[in-house]
Amino acid sequence: MKIVVAVKQVPDTATQVKISGADPKAIDTAGITWIVSPYDEFAVEEALRIKEKRGQGEVVAVSLGPDRVKEALRSALAMGCDRAIHVNDPALATADTLMTAQALAAVIKQEQPALVICGRQAIDDDMGAVAAQMAEILGWPAASWIMEATVDADAKTVRVGRQVEGGLEVFDLPLPAVVSAQKGLNEPRYPTLKGIMGAKKKEIKDVKAADLGVTAGAPQLAVKNLEALPARPPGRIIQGDVKDAVKELVRALREEAKAI
Amino acid sequence: MANAFWCIVEDDRKGAPKKVMAEVIGEAARLAGGNVEAVWLTDKASDDGIKQLGAWGATKVWVLENAAFAPYRGEVWTPVVADLVKQHAPKAVFAPVTSKMREFAGRLAARLGAGLSADSVGMAMEGDQLVATRPVYAGKLLAKMTWAKTPWIATLRPNVFKPADAQAGKTAQVEKPSVTIPAATMKLVERREETSTGLPELTEAETVISGGRGMKGPENYVILENMASVIGAAVGASRAAVDAGWRPHRFQIGQTGRTISPKLYLGFGVSGAIQHLAGMRTSKVIVAVNKDPDAPIFKIADYGIVGDLFEVVPALTDEFKKLLEK
Repeated sequence: MKIVVAVKQVPDTATQVKISGADPKAIDTAGITWIVSPYDEFAVEEALRIKEKRGQGEVVAVSLGPDRVKEALRSALAMGCDRAIHVNDPALATADTLMTAQALAAVIKQEQPALVICGRQAIDDDMGAVAAQMAEILGWPAASWIMEATVDADAKTVRVGRQVEGGLEVFDLPLPAVVSAQKGLNEPRYPTLKGIMGAKKKEIKDVKAADLGVTAGAPQLAVKNLEALPARPPGRIIQGDVKDAVKELVRALREEAKAI
Repeated sequence: MANAFWCIVEDDRKGAPKKVMAEVIGEAARLAGGNVEAVWLTDKASDDGIKQLGAWGATKVWVLENAAFAPYRGEVWTPVVADLVKQHAPKAVFAPVTSKMREFAGRLAARLGAGLSADSVGMAMEGDQLVATRPVYAGKLLAKMTWAKTPWIATLRPNVFKPADAQAGKTAQVEKPSVTIPAATMKLVERREETSTGLPELTEAETVISGGRGMKGPENYVILENMASVIGAAVGASRAAVDAGWRPHRFQIGQTGRTISPKLYLGFGVSGAIQHLAGMRTSKVIVAVNKDPDAPIFKIADYGIVGDLFEVVPALTDEFKKLLEK
């Protein structure tokens, strides 16, 4: 059984992010630490577990982005993915979720996996749309925010539990299908030294938009500009012993903030 | 009507629209000068629910009532709504941020070849163009987004937009279009309900109480739940507390948990790591209680108490009780 995992490289949460001085639509990438988006690690882990449980299969990692994205693909390979595909084309630099989904769906059409696993959303733009959009383009069933996944013995269906408000909905999806991983699905492994060494020898294939038959046009959704957060009004530390402090807090919440 | 703003209805699965729809309809009406229609796919519509949507400002409610629409399956919903969009050309399609609507909006945008601004926190008309504002990079920046063409598809974060006031005199025209419903390939096996806490749902609550590592253990959350039942709040937790196994993941607030935007957020023993702030920094009023005066959460808090939460929480609960009993 072949599984494709889509990963995205994003700035580390703790990294300072500043608007680029040259381009108000972009961030200044100098000094940024890049990581694999955390939800995508759940996706990679789940793909590896499914393969290990079946005792055979192939896990292919795919990512879209500039040259630096190879590091993210190497991380996925170090965790245990068998090979990687890098959609690396400057023409896709301003790709929105839809164009990204079109490019990744084209890779998936070529690879013909039984299952595609993505993270629930990437933690840079938090759009959370690519998995659903790939499914729509491919015409495959999809389940988002899954907390559990089991592939049946014949690799005909995947049973997933998707998180919804107030509960978990368990579905059987005929394969091929697209699912997106929610936190809680599993605990991602750390790459071993052997895995890291082995990853260096694994294949990362570069592909261009033209190889995929995708025409990179203007995006349907574009960033007009980025803005800093409006400053919050300065806060106040309420002094005094606990009894007085909570009285003052409740008074302030009622009379000043009108929040209670 | 052509050029209407459509609002896809999230309901309570019992025939009533969720109250977040007042926010979505209210915002759509503000932008569209009142030209707002609701689209309700459900297995169970109700007259009261339709009345409610009308009272909030929907001039028309498209009612698509069929057993196939519940539970939500993207492969069933998407072609149905996309066909309606193609026939009636709404200018925008809005939905609230919920787990299903986030997927649905993505699929709809892909089917229509249109742009999607997910988890939007601001909307403005600039000339004849809609501009959406959405947080990016763990909420450290805001991005202004524009669409290449209509329909402008967007999901709206709950508790951010001003809800429409229900006006009893306003009624909606009801339209029951005949649609072709595709067969579903995915089959529901079961639905497991979460044990009810009796408290509001985290993402919808107007007040949220959050406990972090300073709670010291799962047994201590009962003091937060006591406070929550007094003021009608939801109880959440930081990643540190969830990763320690003190609270189930569905209660996690932050980047890898739920994003909340309540009127009032109260954090106890929460340090305020960036990934936590990412999930709550759009809260309107932020209160922090922490032993450590240097905890980062104090930087964004409107009110802070430096102290032992195990003394502050019971005292504060009593004080809330006194206030609300008046």
